[in-house]
Amino acid sequence: MMMTPGNDQWITIHYDGEPYKVPSGRTMVSALETAGVRFVRSIGCRGGVCGACTAFYRTPEDAQLKSALMCQEEVVDGMSIMPMPFFPQNQMSYDLELPKGMTPQRQVMQLYPEVGGCIMCQECTRICPVGIDVMGYVGMIKRGDFKAAAEASFTCVQCQACAARCPARISQPNAALAARRFYGAHMVNRAEHLQKAREKVNTEDMKRGFRRLKRMDAEELKNLYQRRESEPAQSAPGTWLPEDTTLLG
Amino acid sequence: MSERALNHLPEELRESALEVARTREDRIRRIQRGESFPQLSLTDRKAWLEDFHPDYRADGKRALKVGVNKDEGVPVELANLLEAWPRASVRDLVENGRIPEADFETDVLIIGAGGAGVTAAIEAAKSGLDVLITTKLRAGDSNTIMAEGGIQGADQECDSPLQHYLDVLGGGHFSNDPDLAEALCHDGPDALSWLEELGMLFDKYPTGRMKVRHGGGTSRKRLHSSGDMTGLEMMRVLWDQCRNLRNVNVMEFCPIVELLTDDDGRVVGAVMERLNHGNEMKVVKAKSVILATGGLGRLHLQSFPTSNHYGATADGLVLTYRAGLPFRDLQHNQYHPSGIAFPEQKAGLLITEKFRGLGAQLVNRFGDEFVYSLEPRDVTTAAIIRECSEFSHGATTPSGNVGVWLDIPMIDDLHGKGTIEKEFPGRYSEFYRHGIDLTKVPVLVYPTLHYQNGGVRIRVDGATGLPGLYAAGEVSGGVHGKNRLMGNALLELIVFGLRAGRAAAEFASQTGSGGQAGLSHIESYLDDLKAADVEETRTAPMLLPRYGKALAI
Repeated sequence: MMMTPGNDQWITIHYDGEPYKVPSGRTMVSALETAGVRFVRSIGCRGGVCGACTAFYRTPEDAQLKSALMCQEEVVDGMSIMPMPFFPQNQMSYDLELPKGMTPQRQVMQLYPEVGGCIMCQECTRICPVGIDVMGYVGMIKRGDFKAAAEASFTCVQCQACAARCPARISQPNAALAARRFYGAHMVNRAEHLQKAREKVNTEDMKRGFRRLKRMDAEELKNLYQRRESEPAQSAPGTWLPEDTTLLG
Repeated sequence: MSERALNHLPEELRESALEVARTREDRIRRIQRGESFPQLSLTDRKAWLEDFHPDYRADGKRALKVGVNKDEGVPVELANLLEAWPRASVRDLVENGRIPEADFETDVLIIGAGGAGVTAAIEAAKSGLDVLITTKLRAGDSNTIMAEGGIQGADQECDSPLQHYLDVLGGGHFSNDPDLAEALCHDGPDALSWLEELGMLFDKYPTGRMKVRHGGGTSRKRLHSSGDMTGLEMMRVLWDQCRNLRNVNVMEFCPIVELLTDDDGRVVGAVMERLNHGNEMKVVKAKSVILATGGLGRLHLQSFPTSNHYGATADGLVLTYRAGLPFRDLQHNQYHPSGIAFPEQKAGLLITEKFRGLGAQLVNRFGDEFVYSLEPRDVTTAAIIRECSEFSHGATTPSGNVGVWLDIPMIDDLHGKGTIEKEFPGRYSEFYRHGIDLTKVPVLVYPTLHYQNGGVRIRVDGATGLPGLYAAGEVSGGVHGKNRLMGNALLELIVFGLRAGRAAAEFASQTGSGGQAGLSHIESYLDDLKAADVEETRTAPMLLPRYGKALAI
């Protein structure tokens, strides 16, 4: 992907303590590559979802420490950036199965008891590079409201910027991940239609159906394809049925 | 629409965006009347593809001079890697004529820690064998994590794996391997159920019923999602499950640069380079090997931008082709119709097809529709290129990029205020941080290199033509034929990850450790390279691509 410098100005930024002249108007990753930095660590998807390129930075006019995903954030003149390729976390081993009598909420609090020690300083929320109210979901986990916690933490990219700043030694992304998984596995209703579909898959009818389709010559198959009935976009879930049911198995 | 919402757009785009807003009401009324832009016939599809799809450009490919797929045309950028010498670390081994003692030993070696690799690891570990995952970057860094829209699987009353199969074949222009397509569709419900049990959060109704919608080329609503971050949610859950397993180890920043075979031609290990240790070479010995290295987007075919992960540089294809394994369909690559064309810092990144699944239309700079928005991906891509090149109906950015509009705001008009924010939390907040309100403005898009449709040939259990070597996920070919439908990549990596994991574990537990590890499988390839006069400076795999002043490594 080539970006034309056009009206870009050259500015100076500091990366890992060293100065680089880079064009303005680019993301940190793209600007630093232009200046010759070869990323091996501190880079991943380059699309803002993997959290590998998390960095802390300061700009000259602001004393506040900030964090950013370097593939997303634009460079500013005079800024100083420290990449965080790795961060030691509290990470507990666990099994999704719950011991008898144990609730998901108690299980997660036993795995990550430090969640209970949140001092509500709000630094995690302030630092989050993807704008999550981290302290908010920590509170939800503590209160046992896993539905809310799952929703509030859903866009987390596991970058650990919050954990790096937490004075209460919480590894928020790991606690949230455990909460989401226990919530998904034990508190959300299972899809009944999915289990019915699984039963249907292993019937003789289904095997015969596949044999029939695979035996068809190209023309026959194309005809069948072109005659497909399409489920209407606005149909209510689980209600519509095609007129021709031969492929339903 | 308040003009303030358009403030981020330069003058030339702003006017066009206003045109889009002006035609919106009309277009919405037509949808509400049940009308849609006519879909193309199979004949028209073919004609548009041949005239406008990048796959069909003669200057984009060249015929291979060496190897099992000799004389077959593949993208030039890929041909340059397939016809290349091993890296220096491997050439040293060739010259020494002897492979040193193994530095690491395992039962099952898995190359790649994206969705397919991690799924295979979870399944292989069930056997109690030792599993080692090696990966170029960090565990989970992959194309999987970037998938937005969803995963297919025939679980609705009106649907069945047979219907799914028909869609898959039609989408692939009837070029798919029927057995692989059957496996994909057959295992769909099981795969979804497996993920549900692992605690993956699907979009559901309160009763537990899955929310499903259409994707391009589907005849049933079969697309299951987790907001617009389905891949991220899936990868987080898979990796969390995997790292809890005691018999799975992972080595990060350790790309594999060559396979190792014994005298019987069985794969018994691999050569790795440790990126964090000065590219130091290490030898891994294994009883079976699963290749899950992903695709080739970072080769930037025909200079297209890409939606792919930084490490997607076709490593697996290089290793297998050299070892004499045939590939298929590599001349067909998927250019996702809606890569971001503006703002340019985001150029090439995706706007998921799910937006179109919920009704957002593609319109030209006058605000007019020019293609049914949910044609199979390659057809939609050809249509956008046609609209921009043949008719010059695209909108142009200040730096000269061109694109068409994806009219996102109409989703809220169709489904109620708040739908966009709820269905696309990731994209909505990301754009909002950049001062762009997706509920108010359309986004300029142009096709972006997204997926390698073809790859190394496999059987239904993931086995390749070399004993002991299995492959799963994007590196493999045949499942999708010439063109993949949305949501079938996430399904593929679960289905074939599980199958390969199972088969590789079985192979490893039924056989001994194999003979002396060597490089005899690439000897004839090296002879052919010499005969074809391939310059010795050209080496592969290329581990990381070249950007700016940073050279490829």
